[in-house]
Amino acid sequence: MSTTGRYGRFGGQYLPETLMPAVGELERAFDDARRDEAFTQEFDRLLREWVGRPTPLTDASRLAREVGLRRVTLKREDLAHTGAHKINNALGQALLAKRMGKHRIVAETGAGQHGVAAAAACALLGLECIVYMGTEDVRRQHPNVFRMKLLGAEVREVDAGSRTLKDAINEAIRDWVTNVRTTYYLLGSVVGPHPYPAMVRDFQSVIGREARAQHVERVGKLPDVVVACVGGGSNAMGIFSGFIADRDVKLRGVEAGGLGIESGKHAASIVGGREGVLHGARSLVLQTDDGQIRETHSVSAGLDYPGVGPEHAYLHETGRVRYVSRTDVEALEGFQLLSRTEGIIPALEPAHAIADLPHIRDDHGADTDVLVCLSGRGDKDLDTVMERLA
Amino acid sequence: MATLTVDGKVRLERAFAKARAERRLAVVVYLTVGYPDRDATAPLLRAALDGGTDIVELGVPFSDPLADGSTVQRASETALRNGVTLDDCIREGADLVRERDAAVQLMGYTNPFYRRGYERLASDLRAAGIAGVIVPDMPAEESAELDRSFAPSGLVRVDLYAPTTPDERLARLLPSARGFVYCVSLTGVTGARDRLGPDVGDLVARVRRHTTLPVAVGFGIATPTHVAALRGVADGVAVGSAVLDVIGRAAVPDRATALRDFVRSLVEAGRS
Repeated sequence: MSTTGRYGRFGGQYLPETLMPAVGELERAFDDARRDEAFTQEFDRLLREWVGRPTPLTDASRLAREVGLRRVTLKREDLAHTGAHKINNALGQALLAKRMGKHRIVAETGAGQHGVAAAAACALLGLECIVYMGTEDVRRQHPNVFRMKLLGAEVREVDAGSRTLKDAINEAIRDWVTNVRTTYYLLGSVVGPHPYPAMVRDFQSVIGREARAQHVERVGKLPDVVVACVGGGSNAMGIFSGFIADRDVKLRGVEAGGLGIESGKHAASIVGGREGVLHGARSLVLQTDDGQIRETHSVSAGLDYPGVGPEHAYLHETGRVRYVSRTDVEALEGFQLLSRTEGIIPALEPAHAIADLPHIRDDHGADTDVLVCLSGRGDKDLDTVMERLA
Repeated sequence: MATLTVDGKVRLERAFAKARAERRLAVVVYLTVGYPDRDATAPLLRAALDGGTDIVELGVPFSDPLADGSTVQRASETALRNGVTLDDCIREGADLVRERDAAVQLMGYTNPFYRRGYERLASDLRAAGIAGVIVPDMPAEESAELDRSFAPSGLVRVDLYAPTTPDERLARLLPSARGFVYCVSLTGVTGARDRLGPDVGDLVARVRRHTTLPVAVGFGIATPTHVAALRGVADGVAVGSAVLDVIGRAAVPDRATALRDFVRSLVEAGRS
């Protein structure tokens, strides 16, 4: 990656002029912080003592038998504090904001997991936190709204556009434009303008570093395939970053296929999208022929986004990562399969990765060791799943 | 068809020169194409010109207008519901240029322009006699491709500068500015405000140290009082959300008259 934040022709900083100095300042502050041992030590300490890292690697032998693979291991981000990998990035950025002297934090959230993580990190560090959330998501994810409020955050409902994650990001950016001198924008995925895709990947790369070492220690070798779900793509970039240099390890991203790619009702920006510019970056985007951003559909609110991180677009183009999609129905099957075989209820997002396991067997054979990034736990999705299975 | 030999950039320059000769601020009016309905746009644009508009900014609706406040957001949503496309916007502009020899620009977000392809966009705009574009989410760092496609046709991409833009950035970027310079009057999104941003005079003065191009001030400009306060500061004012508010408030048969009278009040307020 170049210093201008481009991954091939993807990435960049498509932003209002008002914010250009702010992203420059952020880039310098981040570069400075990651070279500062005091900062990285404090981050590592809080990851250990507050987030509960390292998260374990679980050998899922009953699941492996069921899907016909030699070995399946799960990287248990569902056991991280607040129930998903989102906390790694939220904590890192909140520490950075505090270091920059910015005490007002704005964040966006879709399913609510990033909003909860941001609210928790701000509570820990004594920062003001405002979370933008689409009215449709507020309706779908009510318990998380309550959690954010308990954690001291103000939740602002966004009643514009599709009233989901993309509109929450628009509104968070508008707040940032208006209050840029005092406000830090804590973006939750590897999307947006540079330096966010690189910074969020770096804060999430702890997933890949831990998982690689744990797998080598446990199994005595690297996995053959690493699989993760991809919405914006932060848990996937986090785990992939540990294996990108290992050319023999196949990397696989699973997008939300919704009702099926051919139905047009999905959120698979790589499998079904085209090049475009959304939220400050050039990437692959679900859009109409006239360049309007399309409404998306997924049973999983966390994957329900019409864009994807620019580095994923690049890894797709170079062929280093293979991207596929799994439908709502398949994800619901994956959700039940993991619950039944391993006693672990996954979030609907990584349930898409679980649902991909039989296809990995078909593509790579039964003698394959697969590492799955289990990015979050499923408590938040019980209502949705109950409705769907009724 | 003789007017089509004059290119859009010349019309922009002529518009500022005319206002200067009349010792007043040029008035730039923004209107979202297809708001409040598809058929409304053509008569509203003509009413704006009848009121004395010097430059027309045709707003290309976009699904995710992240630099816009609620007024333009809603207008944009309405226009998209009405099925307005980039082709419609170019057609409205072409008609206005042909009939009125008007100075016309498109204002819109990167993605619809990118999807069209910058080369094709350039030839479409050139054929329509449209001067160029203003793209609020395309800073100079990301404009190289578009600029390359626009340069041979003499089309202009007007840069926006903000109170947060530091001097060294102005010094670096302003020498390549074309047409005029658009100063954002406040730190924030578009939308009518009660008061002018406190930094506007300072920003215009900082900009003028690096360019002799005309300077227009926009974002938040809503009333003749705001316009009057910018006499002797800027060369022009850009008014968008307040225009949409006037149209939205008027009864359907009175829209055009209300808009014409509002624009006239802005033009008069800009006379010294």
